[in-house]
Amino acid sequence: MKLGYYPGCALEGSSKDYSMSLERVFKEIGVELEPIQDWNCCGASAAHSTNHKLALALPARNLALAKEQELTELFAPCPFCSKTLINTNQDILDNKYKVENGNYDGKIKVINSVDIFTRLMDKIQPKVNQERLKDLKVACYYGCLLVRPPKLLKYDDPEQPTSMDEVVKKLGAQTVDWEFKIECCGGGFTVCNEDAVLELSNKILEDAQENGAQAIIVACQMCQINLDMRQTAIEKKYNVSYNMPIIYLPQLIGLAMGIEPKELGLNMHFVPTEGVTVQAQNNPV
Amino acid sequence: MKTLRLKNNLQQFVDEIDKISGINLRDCYQCGKCSAGCPMVMQMDYPPSKLIRHIQLGEREQVLTSSTIWVCVSCLTCSTRCPKDVEIAGLMDVCRELSIKEGLATREQRKIQQFHKSFLETIRSNGRLYEVMLIAKYKLRALALFQDVAKTPKMLLTGKLKLLPHKIENVEAINKIFEECDK
Repeated sequence: MKLGYYPGCALEGSSKDYSMSLERVFKEIGVELEPIQDWNCCGASAAHSTNHKLALALPARNLALAKEQELTELFAPCPFCSKTLINTNQDILDNKYKVENGNYDGKIKVINSVDIFTRLMDKIQPKVNQERLKDLKVACYYGCLLVRPPKLLKYDDPEQPTSMDEVVKKLGAQTVDWEFKIECCGGGFTVCNEDAVLELSNKILEDAQENGAQAIIVACQMCQINLDMRQTAIEKKYNVSYNMPIIYLPQLIGLAMGIEPKELGLNMHFVPTEGVTVQAQNNPV
Repeated sequence: MKTLRLKNNLQQFVDEIDKISGINLRDCYQCGKCSAGCPMVMQMDYPPSKLIRHIQLGEREQVLTSSTIWVCVSCLTCSTRCPKDVEIAGLMDVCRELSIKEGLATREQRKIQQFHKSFLETIRSNGRLYEVMLIAKYKLRALALFQDVAKTPKMLLTGKLKLLPHKIENVEAINKIFEECDK
């Protein structure tokens, strides 16, 4: 099975662990990712914040290229990317935007980083042994753009989403009820407004810990970076201790399949992930 | 019922925002739900609902010089919860664009502007984001030279920071897109 793939810039660089784990899991279940040839950056928040036309034109080039490659479905693991692609599709469908020099019709289906695993569960489940993660309690963190804006994305419940929890339960792990599933971590402000990121991410870590989570599961590389790379700074600023591993959903899937942590990039995190990986490796299966 | 009209110069701003955004600002009845849910409200001079009130009253300068529009992180909580479907986050985008055009941001607000600018420049020259260059450009502009220096070795060792950019083949196409959109 082949799947259209729009990796996005971060997955080539600072979130290499995300792309490594995705590619490893897809290899395990026999799904071949077909990237858009010569894809470009979607513009992310910099484009929509400063130049409305650019925020449509950059993703539109990618969609038009995908059409040329005859892709009908496109998996975009970054929620910023998937949202901008879906937004551009919608504007094309509503005749608010027209792709130049092409006949792209806005109809390529864009799939986000949780939905893809829900759809592929029949291939994932036979490879998973639920015993590996049976003692693990995790908080599923959806962040902003997996579920917002709901009218555009039409995915899950915008206030109380459950799709990631369902996937995680099928892997054998337990999910905790908590209040910060959809609260913002500070997103793209990691570098340019660090104070805000520390404050918002601290609340998320605090609530996950209070509700008994041993790790937070994410499907967005900005959430991962803010909660993982900034965690030491948060602990220092607020005089708290979390030591909370921030694990990508495909990393957890890989662990449930018995894949080596290193192959999933779990050694590349700032907060050590052994609390999770040792459990997965030592539980008798 | 009689509708109050603002004086012409004030009405102009409301009409301008209406026209660019396609959002009917009169729909907002100031319930405050957007402000109650906004995660960034602690850094804003006006909470989102108050910013909308300033727009409704045609107070151009208050709006386009406010920290609110730059502090907004586009999490879309406001737009999602608005009972009248006012696209508040979209409104922030419109205000940011106007504020840049008119050079109205203060020095502190410019830090976020500079980050966006650096981001887009690396895309223009490579087609994709080049993180090392983004950080270098931003740090020079914002004079935040030593921020995150301690994180760099680990990121380099694990391959999370790539020293060389990935340049796409058709950078020309990207340049053309930028030229068109800058018009």
